[in-house]
Amino acid sequence: MIKLPYDVLALAYLAAAALFILGLKGLTHPASARRGNQLTMGGMVVAIIATLLHPAVHSYGWILAGISIGAVIGTTIALRIRMTAMPQLVALLHSFVGLAAVLVAIGTFLGHGHSTRVLLTELFAGSFIGAVTFTGSLVAFGKLQALLPARALAIRHRHLLNLLLAGTILALGVKFVLAPTLLVLVALTLVAFVLGALLIISIGGADMPVVVSMLNSYSGWAAAATGFTLGNPLLIITGAIVGFSGAILSYIMSRAMNRSILSIILGGFGAAKGDEALAATAAGQGFKQAAVEDAVFLMGNATRVIIVPGYGMAVAQAQHALKELTEILEHKGVQVKFAIHPVAGRMPGHMNVLLAEADVSYDQVYEMDEINPEFASTDVVLVVGANDVTNPAAKTQSSSPLYGMPILEVGKSRNVLFVKRSMKPGYSGVENLLFAQDNCRLVFGDAKEVCEQMATELKAAA
Amino acid sequence: MSESFMLLYIFVLACFIGYWVIWGVTPSLHTPLIALTNAISGIIIVGAMLIAGGNGSNGMEAVGFVAVLLASINIFGGFVVTHRMLAMFQKNKP
Repeated sequence: MIKLPYDVLALAYLAAAALFILGLKGLTHPASARRGNQLTMGGMVVAIIATLLHPAVHSYGWILAGISIGAVIGTTIALRIRMTAMPQLVALLHSFVGLAAVLVAIGTFLGHGHSTRVLLTELFAGSFIGAVTFTGSLVAFGKLQALLPARALAIRHRHLLNLLLAGTILALGVKFVLAPTLLVLVALTLVAFVLGALLIISIGGADMPVVVSMLNSYSGWAAAATGFTLGNPLLIITGAIVGFSGAILSYIMSRAMNRSILSIILGGFGAAKGDEALAATAAGQGFKQAAVEDAVFLMGNATRVIIVPGYGMAVAQAQHALKELTEILEHKGVQVKFAIHPVAGRMPGHMNVLLAEADVSYDQVYEMDEINPEFASTDVVLVVGANDVTNPAAKTQSSSPLYGMPILEVGKSRNVLFVKRSMKPGYSGVENLLFAQDNCRLVFGDAKEVCEQMATELKAAA
Repeated sequence: MSESFMLLYIFVLACFIGYWVIWGVTPSLHTPLIALTNAISGIIIVGAMLIAGGNGSNGMEAVGFVAVLLASINIFGGFVVTHRMLAMFQKNKP
């Protein structure tokens, strides 16, 4: 097979990097996003073909076997995965990048007879970051897939333990750079595996949007570190961009929860305090209940309705029923909008994808800052499967754990209809002060069933 | 300037590009963004291919093969699922 000269190879990698950047830029708007995805795919094709023609590649059997088997597995999973399970899929894929980075570091070490200290340090970094990404993502996957308990696991002295593990890895790293052996590299990788799992296992289910973004970031840094070991600018550029992407998303998510990234990374939030909180709620206040018929009457006579979906909507698979309800309302001349809180769902933007799947038009879906001024002039707000993100306690009660978190100000509207399975509080375990308000009524039942009933009733009334 | 420093320059400048490009992404597309960045972090396949196709021992080839396989799952899985999601984002149909 022909071999590309190194300069041509470098040019191809440059083109791939440019295509990646342009492709991501396409995600600025839904209308240009598909083209963005295609550009990015083009970049990947260029990079892979160029590497096949790399002078250092001598045999093709293993490569082609790996790519084709991977293509079949990857495509099959991607075509079958349900949109509600997207966070799990992403977590699993992050773990693959992590493990691949570890393997590349080990393989590169085996392939180099004489290594400089710079290279050894880079190998150490690549293996370390890759290993933490691998097991951390696997634990996140386990939590999201409900294979592991979602609550934060409170391990005694876990900060000390993590610090000890990190110290051990660092010491082994120094040993590796000074006297490189495969054994030390493998040993430090194994310790990093343990550290990665421990870091994520003590982070609670409610913080999953941050965890998913954070691991996204780690997988990028792992790729960048690999780029340094190989002296390959394409890997460095891609890794840096992916790393920053995940870091920015983590920042946006933690800001939307009014928590510092550090407090989330250190974990422990949402660890087995649910029982006390529940007891506190049971002693709680009076609330008003509404039957489906009453709810339908209110919505049918409204001019403007805003629907606030949360993760509960996704769990109940109520998005299609909601879409039907929306259509009937619009048919009756009611204006319907959707309001989405940044941390609704289990990963950034999750709710938007679920609504898009149900054919809700994206220009009908609004972010928190856009829609908050509109609640005061809205007749009915229908909250489906969201809780904490609507709790006025975040604004009024300085003793509340939610205090300071930006919320959707649904309480300002004329009527709030709150679809709820039971009186159980949200993830945070905090009681929703909204229920005590005069304009709020609870509609009890499964989100999907309630929405379907509403749609049927409304149709009958028309 | 040594090669390592050259790479550091590239890394830092790429961080700036990442910062500006990602802040421009609309929040409604954050899930596709994660899926797409996931696909492109599969670029690690370049390193994996160099190991799997190098003149090394059988042990190295096996390590390289597994790495290529994992990266390939990432690339195909990431791109296909991104495509699926983006195809759903539509404006009101008449």
